[in-house]
Amino acid sequence: MNFKVDHQMLWIAVGVFGGLSLASLTGFVLSRTVKSDGGKATMANMNARTRSWWIMVAIFALSFMLGTGGSMFLFGFISLLALREYVSLISPVPADHRTLFWSFFVFTPVQYLFWYAGWYGLAVILIPVYAFLFVPTRLTLAHETAGFLDRAARIHWGLMVCIYCISYAPALLTLQIPGYEKQDAKLLLFLVMVAQLSDVFQYVWGKVLGRHKIAPTISPNKTWEGFVGGVASACAVGTALYWMTPFTRLEALGMSFAITIMGFAGGLTMSAIKRDRGVKDFGATIEGHGGILDRMDSICFSAPLFFHLTRWLFVSPHPKFFH
Amino acid sequence: MSHPLIASAIAGGARLLAGPTVRWIAPKATSRQRIYFANHTSHLDFVVLWSVLPPELRRLTRPVAAKDYWQSGLKRQIAVNVFRAVLVDRGGKSSDSSNGAPGQLESARRAMEVIVRALGRRHSLIIFPEGTRGDGDRVAAFKSGIYYLWCKRPDVEFVPVYLSNLNRILPKGEFLPVPVISRVVFGPPLQLEQRESKDSFLTKAHAALDALGHE
Repeated sequence: MNFKVDHQMLWIAVGVFGGLSLASLTGFVLSRTVKSDGGKATMANMNARTRSWWIMVAIFALSFMLGTGGSMFLFGFISLLALREYVSLISPVPADHRTLFWSFFVFTPVQYLFWYAGWYGLAVILIPVYAFLFVPTRLTLAHETAGFLDRAARIHWGLMVCIYCISYAPALLTLQIPGYEKQDAKLLLFLVMVAQLSDVFQYVWGKVLGRHKIAPTISPNKTWEGFVGGVASACAVGTALYWMTPFTRLEALGMSFAITIMGFAGGLTMSAIKRDRGVKDFGATIEGHGGILDRMDSICFSAPLFFHLTRWLFVSPHPKFFH
Repeated sequence: MSHPLIASAIAGGARLLAGPTVRWIAPKATSRQRIYFANHTSHLDFVVLWSVLPPELRRLTRPVAAKDYWQSGLKRQIAVNVFRAVLVDRGGKSSDSSNGAPGQLESARRAMEVIVRALGRRHSLIIFPEGTRGDGDRVAAFKSGIYYLWCKRPDVEFVPVYLSNLNRILPKGEFLPVPVISRVVFGPPLQLEQRESKDSFLTKAHAALDALGHE
């Protein structure tokens, strides 16, 4: 059990509840006051997003109370939903079918089981090494050579992003940080809050001040104003939340910066994939947000780096990496 | 466990596998009886279509299925008791009665009787007028059963439903499913004249369903 209701956890709950209530209230007032059609559409989308946030927070809180197993299960389920969206986009051929079945129903559970069992060594190589070797091998058994390299690469890329990268988030619960025992749940919360707040702040700053587009061909909504404002705001919140982590203020700032930059990279990469496949969103699972992958893109990229930074710098004895 | 619970569980499982995004062009809520006619590419078709109906419509909607496929023990149990499927003889339903042998004609007539009785005064039906599963690329020509159904019950709304991607969850010859997001589009009910010839009816119905595939 990683879940312990300490006074810090209560403060976090109060903060999240208060923040969401404020967002709901602001959305309600603004949707009554805006006049333009464009403004109305923006407010409708913003309010749909807030509503979905309430549901996501509720699901997240529930899985937290079930401990490490509950969180592993939740993120494993998210991985499956993310992979489902991804596979729907890459137009697999019938010859890929059984390889995909392995990806969904063997590699996904095994990856999360390895983390749950605390087998760090196996969890970090299962997909980069063994799935990498397995996928093309299994594909050869289907006797279809057309587009072979493309198909193998696409399937392996999906496994890396949807399963491997996302699994680093609940893997935070397995870290044994001296002086921070039984409190890892707050580390996972820290990652999720900073990454998601960075997205929210970038969206809001971009809507309010956005003028100069960063990558118009990839993501027309991303602007320099939104990016700088969002990263700065999320880093400020992350620094202010240092008390829930094993970090000092300065370390919390550095970690927040790493999370937000990687999160931005994730958002941009996933947007490029969506443009490549000619869709706007990965799906319509979450009202106002699009698909699961649209919501998880920042976590996909930030979770592995945050995990390894924390492990290298805060879990002692230091692994051989530095020697 | 009661049957509605099992039905909900199966529908939930189908929705997890197929993650259907649903678009209603036809009004979602209705007090009218309907025939939902859909393209057929997968064994999952009717379960997914059924699972995305609003619960109050779902309770009154029954699939029409081929007796030979649902003949065996457990499958039949589920079809009849859980989904209250209307099982008909495919040989009769699929044959064009104008040039069918007398035996086929007779069984087609019997199948139609069963279907019309199942429709009754409250129920709606799900049918697959292609008669058999296609490749998912195009909608095959309709069998004439849907026309005779309309002749018997012109008061019922005929709603085309286009299903995409379900064949990728369980391609022909595979027995293990892979989750893929699918799409269900409920088109506008057919607008028909008082009297339609068989050819004109089938052309209109087929065109209406085919058009939804390009929505």
